[in-house]
Amino acid sequence: MNEIQLLTWVRGPGLNIAIGVFLLGTIWRLFEIYSLGRKQDIAAARARAGASGWHTIFRRSLPAPGLMQRSPISYVGGYIFHVGLAIVVFLFAPHIMLVQGLTGLSWPGLPSPVIDGVTVITLAAMLVMLFDRINRPVKRFLSTFEDYATWALTFLPLLTGYLAVKHLLLPYTAMLAVHILSVELLLIVLPFCKLFHAVTVFGSRWYNGNINGRRGVPV
Amino acid sequence: MADHGTLEQRLAQQGISRRAFLKFCTAMASLMALPPGSAAAIAAALAKAKRPSVIWLSFQECTGCTESLTRSHAPTLESLIFDMISLDYHHTLQAASGFAAEKSRTDAMQEFYGKYLLIVDGSIPTKDGGIYSTIAGRTNLDLLQEAAKGAAAIIAIGTCASFGGIPKANPNPTGAVAVSDIVKDKPIINISGCPPIPAVITGVLAQYLTFGGLPELDHLGRPKAFYGETIHDRCYRRPFYDQGKFAKTFDDAGARNGWCLFELGCKGPTTHNACATTKWNGGTSFPIESGHGCLGCSEPDFWDAGGFYQALSMPATPLTFATGAAVAGAAIGIGVSLANRAKKSAAKKAHQAATLDDLEK
Repeated sequence: MNEIQLLTWVRGPGLNIAIGVFLLGTIWRLFEIYSLGRKQDIAAARARAGASGWHTIFRRSLPAPGLMQRSPISYVGGYIFHVGLAIVVFLFAPHIMLVQGLTGLSWPGLPSPVIDGVTVITLAAMLVMLFDRINRPVKRFLSTFEDYATWALTFLPLLTGYLAVKHLLLPYTAMLAVHILSVELLLIVLPFCKLFHAVTVFGSRWYNGNINGRRGVPV
Repeated sequence: MADHGTLEQRLAQQGISRRAFLKFCTAMASLMALPPGSAAAIAAALAKAKRPSVIWLSFQECTGCTESLTRSHAPTLESLIFDMISLDYHHTLQAASGFAAEKSRTDAMQEFYGKYLLIVDGSIPTKDGGIYSTIAGRTNLDLLQEAAKGAAAIIAIGTCASFGGIPKANPNPTGAVAVSDIVKDKPIINISGCPPIPAVITGVLAQYLTFGGLPELDHLGRPKAFYGETIHDRCYRRPFYDQGKFAKTFDDAGARNGWCLFELGCKGPTTHNACATTKWNGGTSFPIESGHGCLGCSEPDFWDAGGFYQALSMPATPLTFATGAAVAGAAIGIGVSLANRAKKSAAKKAHQAATLDDLEK
């Protein structure tokens, strides 16, 4: 198999398998998580939950008081890397073409040099956060194999995408195939690890905010 | 038997001036990205070179490669190729037919054993003993193996001979393969393209005659001088790609403004060829300049690399698992949910309240 055949495979059967596993895992886990339910709350509600759930979705994106001083790298790095990732994934023209090819939806993209810059910043933020995770004893102690594996699975598509566009290390065709393959790996693993927060994050925040509101801590 | 004298004598006979010949050599040197001084070296070497015997075998092909070479805007530099070589067998171009034609092939093979150049266009069918394409009652496979034995080098012209091409496209009914799949012990140059650029064919022959060896090849056996860069990297529309300006249809404002054709399925980013620099029809234009995306014809299996009008980042084949996977995911999810609920209610039932007596036990 040469690189153009590999590219055709990852664009065809490979993508088919990856998206199949992603959909299967995502729907399975959503059913499983949301059907778990909670114990009946016998105590009378202390307050009306109101919009606490919706407020919490927003408020959890802001640092809690004092934490920005104590853990600036986690916050600043986290912001940069999440926003950067969203820009690169959703606003690069070839990525929009993929979504359009799959769903028919499309929206305007950003020029390549802007995407290049955002990618470099995102990669740098991820490297700094990895260094911080290893360097700080508490973070290192709390980190498991899953934390490092998911970091690598997120980092690889960004890195290989950048190398492909810039014609570095491997010829473009081969690097593009590796890039798509790395995204397919990410898609396959995503529903079954902590990366699933990409799907559940806002639902979880709403639930926590809502129940806190009922218990007398409305926000 | 054809005239095997030097090229200089031959050109003089045909009234081609030395100036025209030097222009040709300069063009070849610049095409192959050789230093300026090498034009003179090419001229000197070509003028003295004995015209090598060339046997051109056509297998599963459409004759487009020969058309590309012979029907290029005449009189062109490319037409000089026929003055550089002695084409002893080419069943489209030769006047002889039947036994006389086959005899000229076998005569050339005997007389120039170990020295002749073998040019092949078309792929070789291997299924069912190779019966899907025969010449004078013999299979292509048989003819290739016989001719390859005495060849100094083999030039596979066109994507069919280089990589299997369109005959090898799914489901490949004839079991078509490339020359390099069959011949393993001879130097092979792949000049891919459907068809290849005439000047590339001429350039490789000029290099062979001048330096007596093969040019530097890439990992797919193609001369790096011509296939070293992608169409995309050399495309005059590249700035629009970088700016994110794309034609959405073949007749919208973007298309009229000459914006990038990536979204219309252009395969320029993964296609290695010299179209964007050498161009076609005497340097007039190339497909992208005419408003159509690159099909990627100089790459292996280009026919099966997704639709011609689907962007490179779009799925190459339809997603067939998605619906089934979603249904299976829902089924598993519901199953697991029910199992969890059953476990929960069993735990509830098994729950026993502890009494003071229990604690004192």
